[in-house]
Amino acid sequence: MIRRDVVISGIGLVSALGEGPDAHWETLSVGAKPVVDEASYAPWTVHPLPALSLDTQIPKKGDQRQMEPWQRLGTYAAGLAIDDAGARDLVDDMHLIVAAGGGERDVPLDEQVNAELANSNDTGSRLNELLATGLRPTLFLAQLSNLLAGNISIVHGVTGSSRTFMGEESAAADALRIAHARLSEGRGEIALVGGAFTAQRWDMLLLYRGQDGMWQGPHKPLSERPVAGQGGMILGGMAGFLVLETAEHARARGARVLARLDAVASDASRRTAPGDAAEAARALLPRVAPTGVDAVISGASGAPEAWAEEENFLRGLDAPVRRPANLIGHGVEGAFPAHVALAALALSRGGFYAAMDPADAGEAAAPSRILVTGFGQWRGEALATLSRAEKN
Amino acid sequence: MRDHLGRPLVAVTGIGAVTSLGFGLQDNWSRLLAGQSGIRRITRFPTDHLKTTIAGCVDLPEETGGETFTSPMRVERMAGFAIEEAVTAAAIGAKGSFPGPLFLGMPPVEVEWPNRFDLARQAGSPSYAAMTGASAGRHDIYETFLFGGVGERLAARFGTRGAPISLTTACATGGSAIQLGVEAIQRGECDACIAVGADASVHAEALIRFSLLSALSTRNEEPEKASRPFEKNRGGFVMSEGAAALVLEDYDAAKARGAKILGLVSGCGERADNFHRTRSNPDGRAIVGAMKNALDDAGLEPDQVSYVNGHGTGTPENDKMENFGMRAVFGENAPPISSNKSMIGHTLSAAGALEAAFSLLTIRDQRLPPTINHDEPDPNITLDVVPNVARDAPVKHVLSNSFGFGGQNVCLVLSGEPA
Repeated sequence: MIRRDVVISGIGLVSALGEGPDAHWETLSVGAKPVVDEASYAPWTVHPLPALSLDTQIPKKGDQRQMEPWQRLGTYAAGLAIDDAGARDLVDDMHLIVAAGGGERDVPLDEQVNAELANSNDTGSRLNELLATGLRPTLFLAQLSNLLAGNISIVHGVTGSSRTFMGEESAAADALRIAHARLSEGRGEIALVGGAFTAQRWDMLLLYRGQDGMWQGPHKPLSERPVAGQGGMILGGMAGFLVLETAEHARARGARVLARLDAVASDASRRTAPGDAAEAARALLPRVAPTGVDAVISGASGAPEAWAEEENFLRGLDAPVRRPANLIGHGVEGAFPAHVALAALALSRGGFYAAMDPADAGEAAAPSRILVTGFGQWRGEALATLSRAEKN
Repeated sequence: MRDHLGRPLVAVTGIGAVTSLGFGLQDNWSRLLAGQSGIRRITRFPTDHLKTTIAGCVDLPEETGGETFTSPMRVERMAGFAIEEAVTAAAIGAKGSFPGPLFLGMPPVEVEWPNRFDLARQAGSPSYAAMTGASAGRHDIYETFLFGGVGERLAARFGTRGAPISLTTACATGGSAIQLGVEAIQRGECDACIAVGADASVHAEALIRFSLLSALSTRNEEPEKASRPFEKNRGGFVMSEGAAALVLEDYDAAKARGAKILGLVSGCGERADNFHRTRSNPDGRAIVGAMKNALDDAGLEPDQVSYVNGHGTGTPENDKMENFGMRAVFGENAPPISSNKSMIGHTLSAAGALEAAFSLLTIRDQRLPPTINHDEPDPNITLDVVPNVARDAPVKHVLSNSFGFGGQNVCLVLSGEPA
């Protein structure tokens, strides 16, 4: 079977630090401060999204109204990636894989129903009545997981194919892995892949709180949280979308190449004993980086067990590490593609980032190969490597 | 053996199924051929104030008399049943150790009302802030409603390899799961895998949501008559539950271990629509593209397709567009098409997998399942829809259509074992 090189020719990146490659490069290469909102969801700190000029990527107000904030964020970032790749005229045959989480609940309605029914004996008939009269007709599609991809097709015209993966951090890593494999083996020439996550949402805080993996209280450096005997995860709104294409296709259309995506590998150890996840990641390493790497962008979320496993894994690598979650939080489905976007950005600028967390040690003046790690807060281990593109 | 593009052939060596017609592949198939409907009045929860009070519910034995399960728990049980049946039929691997990955098509899940009421009671307040405080230590809620939860538990139970892939492409989900599995085998990532589609979304809030889209039939007084694909008086689809699992294998590897070959997945095609959130582009481009891509992928000309297992939801719009798309692809000599959904309703995330399973049995038995409730033909539907009664027919290749909300369309070609 043929194996073709796959490159990254566009990134769509939104985080608490801003939007777009320039904003991220300018702050992160000199050393950024975390951007946090410690009050709105106290005791849960979140990294908020920047204000988005939605009209620039989702010009029709009608389309904006058909989406809740999570779909809008993803659709917006997908558009940024397409623009960055100069690929607006290639969307007809562009393949799409989105890593999706759950859409928004109608929080005021839920609280109103709770207030009436949580202590009632009639949670059937009356619940139906409250929902039948209270649910907005547009809400269902505006929060449905596969409709982020649907909206990317509608708003940006991406119609080659459309798939939506679910499963937190792993979903995003596998979306990238499969998009890469499909292009590499000749199923299409260009693909859009990514994920988005909104942290300013009580429904998500409620879900993730259940594992006791979340940090309570004001922001504290990521690497100092897991030792305090409680969870270390602070959620952060972010989106990362990547335009992938075959090297040949990029060359033929004279596209600017940010980096080569060498390999993506994933696994899901059962994590029944300490060391399982670290071992699973170590087993993936030769598949993505047989000759080593110059630098690492870590997907550490701050979830305590995953933190210990990843630190164990990182100790075996002789390369400087950067931990973006200290600055922008953990973005679940958005995290892995956002971190891959950061790696591509550094390779394209011929430099690397200043320390992002107090534990970030070492310098890499101009890395040629960067490893991106992903240790899911509950399950999933993933690695990707990117290399500096040859001059074209 | 290799296909026309030099790829390994992908065989199906085990199938499992559960629908409102019953548990087990053979029972389901016999009832489909007999033209039976699984659509009934909903009894699992109160239906007051609902516009639609019928569905194709799968009532789990564990639920009788007790508390009903949450949607992800029901998805897990049904998918688990179907996988167990498929893996047993394929006689592959050892118990709890399947030699390949899992591709799981399932609906998105979220924390449900009983959990919210429970947390609000504990917190003594209806607010999310208070509920979040009260959810400390609730690993049960976290692991149940994580999107990756069901896949992880199934992967652990059946001992599949690598990261399980959970996915949703709305009503095309089951087809997408099979397509991902086929691609994994074709690229040599594995010799075998499990592709499953499962859905268990019948609860009050989901019914209300679909009702607000005017998508559901409201023919509540005659449940078994409510799903009327391609018929003049069709008024929407009927929500249903179910699951199907397929064991997919590299054909040569399956033959080498002496496995019984149930058929091939010989082609997959997809095409996304960018017209509207719930409607196809009137030019039919995406659904026509998906059908043509599947035929091209299988290396077939349209006249080699003997029968089409239609998407056939019974909404006025879908069936009209499917008829249009069929004519665009097949012209005057379109093969017969029938809709399993006339009997088992629309099993949403499971539909593509169930319909692929039944397509393989159509080839095995050389018998077309009917489209029931065909009382009055719609003059705009010009296809042979195998009305009301199953019939024998020579069938070599079946095209199975799945068209989803959000414009996600997947078509599969199922074929008999090569001579």
